[in-house]
Amino acid sequence: MLPRIIDHLAPASSVKTSRRAFLVASAAAAGAFVIGFGAVPVRAAGGAAVSAAPVPFDAYLKIDADGTVTILSSQFDMGQGSYHGLATLVNEELGAAWDRIKVEGATGDAKLYGNLNWGGAVQGTGGSSSITTSFDRYRRAGAAARMMLVDAAAKDWGVPASEITVKDGRLTHTSGKSAGFGDMAAKAAQLPAPQDVALKDRQDWTLIGNGDLRRYDSRAKTDGTHPFTIDVKLPGMLTAVMIHPPKFGAVVKSFDAAKAKAMKGVIDVVATPRGVAVVGEHMWAALAARDAVAVTWDESKAETRGSAAILADYEKRASGKPLATARNDGNAAKAMAGAAKTVEATFRFPYLAHAAMEPLNAVARMNRDGSLEIWGGHQIPGIYQGIAAGIAGIKPEQVVLHIMKTGGGFGRRATPDGDVVAEAVMVAKAIGYKAPVKVQWTRENDMRGGRYRPAYVHRLRAGIDASGKLIAWDHHIVGQSIVAGTPFQGLIRDGIDQTSVEGASNLPYAVPNLHVGLTTVDVGVPPLWWRAVGSTHTAYATEVFLDQAAAAAGADPLAFRLAMLKDHPRHAAVLKLAADKAGWGKTLAPGRFMGLAVHESFHSYVAHVAEVSVSGGEVKVHRVVAAVDCGTVVNPDVVKAQIEGGTGFGLGATLAEELTLGPDGVVEQGNYDSYTPLRLSAMPEVEVHIVASEAPPTGVGEPGVPSIGPAVANAVARATGKRITTLPLTRGMQS
Amino acid sequence: MPKLNINGVDHQVDAPDDMPLLWAIRDLVGLTGTKFGCGQALCGACTVHLDGQPTRSCQTFVGDLAGIKITTIEGIGGKVAETVRQVWTDLDVPQCGYCQSGQVMAAVALLSETPKPTDADIDAALDGNLCRCATYHRIRAGVHEAARRLEA
Repeated sequence: MLPRIIDHLAPASSVKTSRRAFLVASAAAAGAFVIGFGAVPVRAAGGAAVSAAPVPFDAYLKIDADGTVTILSSQFDMGQGSYHGLATLVNEELGAAWDRIKVEGATGDAKLYGNLNWGGAVQGTGGSSSITTSFDRYRRAGAAARMMLVDAAAKDWGVPASEITVKDGRLTHTSGKSAGFGDMAAKAAQLPAPQDVALKDRQDWTLIGNGDLRRYDSRAKTDGTHPFTIDVKLPGMLTAVMIHPPKFGAVVKSFDAAKAKAMKGVIDVVATPRGVAVVGEHMWAALAARDAVAVTWDESKAETRGSAAILADYEKRASGKPLATARNDGNAAKAMAGAAKTVEATFRFPYLAHAAMEPLNAVARMNRDGSLEIWGGHQIPGIYQGIAAGIAGIKPEQVVLHIMKTGGGFGRRATPDGDVVAEAVMVAKAIGYKAPVKVQWTRENDMRGGRYRPAYVHRLRAGIDASGKLIAWDHHIVGQSIVAGTPFQGLIRDGIDQTSVEGASNLPYAVPNLHVGLTTVDVGVPPLWWRAVGSTHTAYATEVFLDQAAAAAGADPLAFRLAMLKDHPRHAAVLKLAADKAGWGKTLAPGRFMGLAVHESFHSYVAHVAEVSVSGGEVKVHRVVAAVDCGTVVNPDVVKAQIEGGTGFGLGATLAEELTLGPDGVVEQGNYDSYTPLRLSAMPEVEVHIVASEAPPTGVGEPGVPSIGPAVANAVARATGKRITTLPLTRGMQS
Repeated sequence: MPKLNINGVDHQVDAPDDMPLLWAIRDLVGLTGTKFGCGQALCGACTVHLDGQPTRSCQTFVGDLAGIKITTIEGIGGKVAETVRQVWTDLDVPQCGYCQSGQVMAAVALLSETPKPTDADIDAALDGNLCRCATYHRIRAGVHEAARRLEA
């Protein structure tokens, strides 16, 4: 997921939807109307390959003659429920029947769909920002559509609009006269858009904050009908599997495909800048032939170091002076020198794979009119459009992106170089665009394809005075930059990639002398944001080290934190809530121990309390209590689901996930036998408590991840006396 | 040409005997509810029933299936399956949904054999079904809830 671009372009509190004229694309011929905000004229997208109006590219919703409401989502849904969230926002104001609502991904116009958290210039999903960027935009779209439907009915019936009520997709006059949305959709489309849109007062909401509302898309996920990119089938479509270089940075030197080409169902074997593609009539034809292709690689520019060597280098650098300073309060060095007691620790974090269940894929089709259609999990469509156009040698507006829902993402579908999207276009081009092509990665392609959560080493030192107060904090982070050399490079300011230090440079605790430094190292292993980005390692390092400092100060971990959070009431509140609900301080069953942690990420606040036992070096997490403050809650059950799932995702990484490169630079894991995400038997009981709030809404896709790891490690330290400073725990318990 | 009986219908497939059932179901028969996740029987996304037994279709080969009834997520029905689906929807178990065909197939098989499964039974039956969204908490609750409803 994308980092907190919001912090650098526009803070959440200042994100405002400017009052623009509504844009109404009239499409009476199709019996539908399309509504949106925008300062740009409606234009047809792509070309003739896209069906006739209404074109779902220019606005936020359309209503068909049969009353079906299709919401056009600027935000990508990879399972986190953003479509459901946007549907809730629209329908709170619109008043359609819930079972008539559909949501589709929209692309093509940053003016309509640009992420307001990022300044609005680029459409994209990330940084847990979907609800924040959509909260006003989509409620206003729903309200405007309702006003226009009411006006249309008033005109049609010759009655005042004020005498018409809206409920469950029906417009009803006080006289009893009534019509469905579908009956009035075409007429509403002829009306001028309202200049001013009034939104419901908070106390009148029936959908926003309603915990009984079920996700509109669950049923199709239980009967096999929910379509993913892997399920896209086009007439004449071929399927390609990739042979990627074994080392990052290597390229194809030559290949021999004579044997493979002779195999049944194989159409072609082609080289691309990203590897060799075996193109078959279907997946198995291509897969079966893949082993018959012999490729020679040019490794002259490849990364040939192993991850052990890379981490050893980081560790050496971590004890030196940082190359850049992210935060400097007071004088940490001086205060440290004068401290009554000092503690220190060095933390080591491995590379992590996203390992989403649906291996990466995309489908590309070049049409006769020169438009190029691409189906895929387009998390940053604004960037993919340009990449695809560059490869095909066409204009970006000739690229039509179809946004599919995907089998997980966790950041992996937002790749600055477009990886599998680029490959689909490259392969289609290499076979002369003679057929649509689906590029489908295998699990091994996906695991070994790079774009990992980077490895990091953190060195921390703290000074405590004679009264047990934390007076000095020195934190040095060493690792790769996620954004260097990408379109997001602007996030680097004064040598600081914010995604490397977020969660550390904004440490909330009142420590008068605090220094956070960063040393960015250039390594040839492609990095990427991985659900919760910087906070996946900064939360662990800071919160485990804080417990170490509390122990040195002879303080209770909860009291030690709360004493330093007086200026951060939202941190303190979630921490207290989780501790209270978990029964912090109460006597536990023999062999059970509790640990806690709190962390802010993406403007949401989460605390975890974990109850664990340790037996024979094996950690078992029995129960987790989480508290979350994400401001105004749109879908309480989705918030709970995301915190539950984020907890499991973070726990799995903490316990046993590790992506390693052997001494020659070749990735050692290929599948779920060697890279081991959490399984059901290791999932603890999870309890989620939500802080009631009227603050602006913030996201929950990522914030459930960061604090579970340190909470577990802090419990393990209480159980064993051992602070785990090397992740995953399976490795750290041994060292 | 191997013959496959899928969801009660015979399909003659143009495939070598060593073609994984998964790809025959998806690419030749055209039923896409069964998902590809790992290709090595490690994740359970491709789970189908062979004569009622949950089986990884990615490591099952079309030449070995003569006389066997294959059931996919599209073909699974009856009281147990419908109860599981209803519970999955009522509890909003799925997040991305990609693994859920396999989860539902595994849960239906478990509940058909063991109407009142314990937590240990659920661990044993479903530990092979990965969910990267980690919906496990609700999957476990869902199996227990389905068992309750089926008993009633």
